[in-house]
Amino acid sequence: MSDALALYQATIVEHDRHPRNHGPLAGADRAATVDNPLCGDVVTIELRLADATIAAAGWTGRGCALARAAGSMLTVALAGLDATAAAARLDALEALVRSTPDAPVPDGLGDLAAFAGVRGFASRRGCVLIAVRAARACLSG
Amino acid sequence: MHADARSDLAAWRAEVPALALPVHGRRLVYLDNAATTLMARPVIDAVAHVATHLPGNVHRGVHALAEAADAAFEGARATIARHLGARADEIVLTSGTTAAINLVAQAWGRANLGPGDAVVVTALEHHANLVPWQAACAERGATLRIAPIDDAGRVDLAGLEALLDARVKLVAVAHLSNVVGTIAPIAAIAARAHAVGARLLVDGAQALPHLAIDVAALGCDFYACSGHKAYGPTGTGVLWGRAEVLAAMPPWQHGGEMVAAVEATRARYREAPARFEAGTPNISGVIGLAAALDHAATRDRAAVAAHEARLHARLRAGLAATPGVRVLGEPEAAVVAFEVAGVHPHDVATIVDQEGVAVRSGLHCAEPLHARLGAAASVRASLAYYNGDDDVDALLAALARVREVFG
Repeated sequence: MSDALALYQATIVEHDRHPRNHGPLAGADRAATVDNPLCGDVVTIELRLADATIAAAGWTGRGCALARAAGSMLTVALAGLDATAAAARLDALEALVRSTPDAPVPDGLGDLAAFAGVRGFASRRGCVLIAVRAARACLSG
Repeated sequence: MHADARSDLAAWRAEVPALALPVHGRRLVYLDNAATTLMARPVIDAVAHVATHLPGNVHRGVHALAEAADAAFEGARATIARHLGARADEIVLTSGTTAAINLVAQAWGRANLGPGDAVVVTALEHHANLVPWQAACAERGATLRIAPIDDAGRVDLAGLEALLDARVKLVAVAHLSNVVGTIAPIAAIAARAHAVGARLLVDGAQALPHLAIDVAALGCDFYACSGHKAYGPTGTGVLWGRAEVLAAMPPWQHGGEMVAAVEATRARYREAPARFEAGTPNISGVIGLAAALDHAATRDRAAVAAHEARLHARLRAGLAATPGVRVLGEPEAAVVAFEVAGVHPHDVATIVDQEGVAVRSGLHCAEPLHARLGAAASVRASLAYYNGDDDVDALLAALARVREVFG
């Protein structure tokens, strides 16, 4: 049995209510938009690069608390990383979201570990992954 | 609720085994009936009976099992026809409403739509009664016109009439909206469509389980509906068409069952409805659908209607009294879609699900309608005869839990 509070951890609700890095990113070098036509959610991630490092990240879009918190928390997590480290962080978050509810939560995810609760809600995994896919498209673009 | 109604409800529920399924350790509160309904034991038994006792194919064999299957299948068609006020030879059995509408859009459209022609749908249609017409119009060089609705979610009859002229070949409209729960004035729309020589198709997917359907009296030319939304099995549906309209239509899908004679390079097709039923049909499903309609007829229709109307009023009143809730349009029956201020419908649905309450969230296959009503998406609660006050109250209590999580 899963519990709504395990899904909507305080960190996630706080980022949903008060999103960071929300709005168009000035001087963005990369942008990618991913939507979910089933629910109408859409997230755009923008990155500004300095040398090989993500100097700043921003997001816009509309969605559920999970999609919004993922946009907010991912842009915080990606800032300052180089492309290799950013890709690894995205892979780690996706691996966490796709793991079984009782699997150990890996170290090194920081605040993103709050998304562990989504593992008990198979139909909601995609809500988190919209932002992950948009960020990954930015990195590959 | 008076004692008779309570005992009716208890008896109705006792026949629906899925209602006993525990959800997150709680009693199931099933309010997603507009998505699909739950089958009663006699319907389940009818489907199982086919698997056990009627394993033959239909329309092709002369052996005992084939003849028994054929008799049962054609008997089911006659039963379905009787419940819809139709003739059996006007009942085309399909996989659902979507297939029924696609059949008309493709087969009727091929014979009747051309460059310069037009089809009219309304702004409240389910994608299944919109996208097939978009595709048919694009393929045939015809134009799709969208009739307006008012803020209550009702078809704007004057606005629709203004779109009608001699170029309009067909009007397609939902009988009961799957989002705003409004009932379209079918007779009035039929009169206006026929006045310009257009056919009228009615999407009855949501109406069949809640309204008395008499296709001959409605005045339409096609009526499409689904079994699983009317307490029958999935993968079943009906296209009713006026005999003379079906008779003038080319086939849709081609194959076995629908042919009268086949040579190496050409074929002659059977009469309707067989012409529109290529391949082996969903035999057990169709027999289950007939059983579902028979079983529904054992419930006092007036009592069920009064029960559902009272529940719908209770739901609307409860939502109106819930802070931050906005109902879409002014629902008239069975369905209520709403937004919770500041909380996405998926988050609402996940939280109430934890309380055992099943509701639909998202666009409900009606994206243009949500745009028209200024909603990014919505939560939808939809009723069935087996719902009670306790179900409505459970949803309202669960909505308070949403506020606890999101403040």
